[in-house]
Amino acid sequence: MVNNAIVFKIDGVEVRGKPGQTIMHAADEAGIYIPRLCDVEGLEPQGSCRVCTVKINGRTAAACTQPVAPGIEVENDTLEIRNCRRDIVRMLFHEGNHLCPCCEASGRCELQALGYRLGILQPDKYPYLQPVRPVDASHPDIMLDTNRCIRCGRCIRASRHMDHKNVFGYIGRGINKQVGVNGKNLAQTNVHIDDHAVAPGICPVGCIIQKRRGFYDPVGQRRFDLHPIGTEIEKTPKGIKK
Amino acid sequence: MKSNLDSVIAQACNKHKNDPGRVIDILWEIQKSLGCINEDAMEKIAATINTSRVHIEGIVSFYSFFSETPKGKIIIRLCGDIVDRHAGIDKIAAVFSEELGIGIGQTSPDRKFSLEYTACIGMSDQAPAALVNEVALTSLTPDSARDIARRLKSSSDPSKLVTVRGDGNNGNHLVNAMVKNNIRMKGEVILADGIQAESGLKKALSKTPLEVIQEIAESGLRGRGGAGFPTGEKWKLAQKAEANRRFVICNADEGEPGTFKDRVLLTERANLIFEGMTIAAYAVGSDSGILYLRAEYAYLLPYLESVMEERRKSGLLGTAICGKKGFDFDIRIQLGAGAYICGEESALISSCEGLRGEPKNRPPFPVEKGYLAKPTIVNNVETFCCAARILDRGSAWFAGIGTKASHGTKLLSISGDCAKPGVYEIPYGVEIAALLEMAGAEDPVIVQVGGASGEMIGRGFFNRKICFSDLPTGGAITIFNSRRNVLAIVDYYLEFFADESCGYCTPCRVGTVFLRERIQKVMHGFAESADLDYLKDLGKTIMMTSRCGLGSSAPKCVLNSMAQFPLVYSSHLKESADGLQPGFNIQKALEESRRIAKRKSMIYDPVFGNENER
Ligand code: SF4
Ligand code: SF4
Ligand code: SF4
Ligand code: FES
Repeated sequence: MVNNAIVFKIDGVEVRGKPGQTIMHAADEAGIYIPRLCDVEGLEPQGSCRVCTVKINGRTAAACTQPVAPGIEVENDTLEIRNCRRDIVRMLFHEGNHLCPCCEASGRCELQALGYRLGILQPDKYPYLQPVRPVDASHPDIMLDTNRCIRCGRCIRASRHMDHKNVFGYIGRGINKQVGVNGKNLAQTNVHIDDHAVAPGICPVGCIIQKRRGFYDPVGQRRFDLHPIGTEIEKTPKGIKK
Repeated sequence: MKSNLDSVIAQACNKHKNDPGRVIDILWEIQKSLGCINEDAMEKIAATINTSRVHIEGIVSFYSFFSETPKGKIIIRLCGDIVDRHAGIDKIAAVFSEELGIGIGQTSPDRKFSLEYTACIGMSDQAPAALVNEVALTSLTPDSARDIARRLKSSSDPSKLVTVRGDGNNGNHLVNAMVKNNIRMKGEVILADGIQAESGLKKALSKTPLEVIQEIAESGLRGRGGAGFPTGEKWKLAQKAEANRRFVICNADEGEPGTFKDRVLLTERANLIFEGMTIAAYAVGSDSGILYLRAEYAYLLPYLESVMEERRKSGLLGTAICGKKGFDFDIRIQLGAGAYICGEESALISSCEGLRGEPKNRPPFPVEKGYLAKPTIVNNVETFCCAARILDRGSAWFAGIGTKASHGTKLLSISGDCAKPGVYEIPYGVEIAALLEMAGAEDPVIVQVGGASGEMIGRGFFNRKICFSDLPTGGAITIFNSRRNVLAIVDYYLEFFADESCGYCTPCRVGTVFLRERIQKVMHGFAESADLDYLKDLGKTIMMTSRCGLGSSAPKCVLNSMAQFPLVYSSHLKESADGLQPGFNIQKALEESRRIAKRKSMIYDPVFGNENER
């Protein structure tokens, strides 16, 4: 057994974590999926999308930033929490402009996949904010369409911590908070097509687009056609069996 | 022009040692000299202090007192708070607009004037009020506004507008403000006359740091900012945290709409505040402190600097304070730049570090990892004042005031529909009804306790008490009489939250906008009962999932008002005869398609078939 294991429960199931580990990370290792959007393996957690909200001893917190603690009872897959997550995912749909059928990211988009997983069939609960933001197509290899941006900051963190550049950054506040680039447009930054920040899988939606590569896979073979989001974690349980 | 830009930037950056941590100070100087921080300036600043341009843009676009587009030499910021609205700020706005020939949000073509609304400037007891650059103008009338506008046009010097100075230190030449203190009631802890200066500090230095913390803990002092965390415990945690440096920060960013008691303390009790901070520094082992002053109170900056300078000369700040070898402590003032969220302690720390004023993830808490990742205590202005008094008079004395569970006094900022708005220092445990009586409120119907993020109380609940077990509050008491519209008040608070949300997390950034949209639907009579369920649901989601207190308190005004004034809501609901949503006019919606299809609807046009197609 692992030394210093921290034992706690997620939806009644016993899970072991290590000191300093987040609830999300411990859950992943135990094969329990906690939905997420701003968190992705390899980047510092940011705790901004709030999709990973769980209840810990009756109080809500973000699983991606909350450390494990001995004896805590975490509620993850309950109706109340599912409803909260649905609302948040809906908010993200309504905040931007999402026309899935003609989006390059369809089928490999985490927002869309989460919509399916959470059972959001008709996004009509909230009003549409319908922002109109210019598409930045200045760069020869990369395009940026922030109309679909969910402000997850994955591109920002990847650029800063993996590429050691600052191609992207947040600007504005409140509903006007957006992702900006370090220059008048993308072409004027030092972004490169080989940067981690613009690699597929960093942007969870269809904002950062590699030119001449669109529509990666045919329908039926796209990432989430094969496995619904989260099943990659659920299928490889490494946690303790009872 | 270009070389002017270069030299202004070089000078500003140089003055702050090209330290990216002091970028807010740098940006302030550039904003003042150039009237804006444009793309060129951002590029240049980034290059000079070795950071990225998008980082600078992120900061400039975060704080509302910075601007990317040129502003006038004189910026008139009208207080857009609800109390000011009720006091007729719109009439004042119309006068300025007419006299200066510009609309709200505009800058005159000669770049002399800008006119805009701003969030509560902390003058609700003398509304309507405005800031002209750093000069606060209070109790405005259309006539005085006209006079002010004309004088500004001829002299272009806002400081000349102050012809009559306010009471107390407002009259000090370094403050030079027409602001009134409006102290209506002095309690024995903070506003009492004849407080023995530095007695608390001297007594503290005769004890060990742990004894000081013990004294604070025994007094039962809890943070006066609203959250009410036990102060002694906070200090103990910071003192225990392993580190080579610790920081003491005073939160003077009172941005909660309707609060102004810190303004009075900063004016009249500056020494007591610094004394409290120094005691805290001694207790936790800190050598530097920061007073975070909201930009709206910039008119107090020269005075506060002079008080600190005096203290340095008297050995109350600096090295070997009061002759105590090894106890060195000094304070700097960090000026904010217009962001309510910076009142949140971790956002305030971000701002002190020269970042966007966004809250940080917790844990770790600031007492472990705060300013520059060092253990930091952040306390409110009033809390530091209490701490100094506790060290002077003892924990037993303090614990003897107030109620059994809420010790000491509380400063309240009372404003709105009452005859005597101002600052009241009351012992904990006083009922709302008694406050209303004291303030001379006739016909009060709604009392908002604690500003926008506080609790809305209807007439049936005026027996509730100000204390930690009933109504804990940062101190704003806003009174509304029967002529006020509850929904308009709620709409105002939501507008405030949507504007002030930092935008970091989804539920607060997006949810507050949706809440407001639906409240407006109710207000305009287009809502049905399902909309009320929607509001409750959405409010609950936002409260449960938001990352900090702003998001988790934003829906309170909606939920409170629905519970307290259900009849107001139901009287606005509409049940339409056709069973369709009341806000939706099917005939109107069909018009366009009728035109395109060149025929009528089979279902919705009852005369269909009886008429010839057109
Ligand atoms: S980004 Fe995702 S959710 Fe948005 S339109 Fe594209 S596929 Fe749909
Ligand atoms: S561009 Fe993509 S990765 Fe970057 S913040 Fe927006 S959604 Fe996230
Ligand atoms: S709750 Fe609002 S203010 Fe707080 S972090 Fe989230 S967006 Fe920012
Ligand atoms: S995944 Fe945790 S907040 Fe986004």
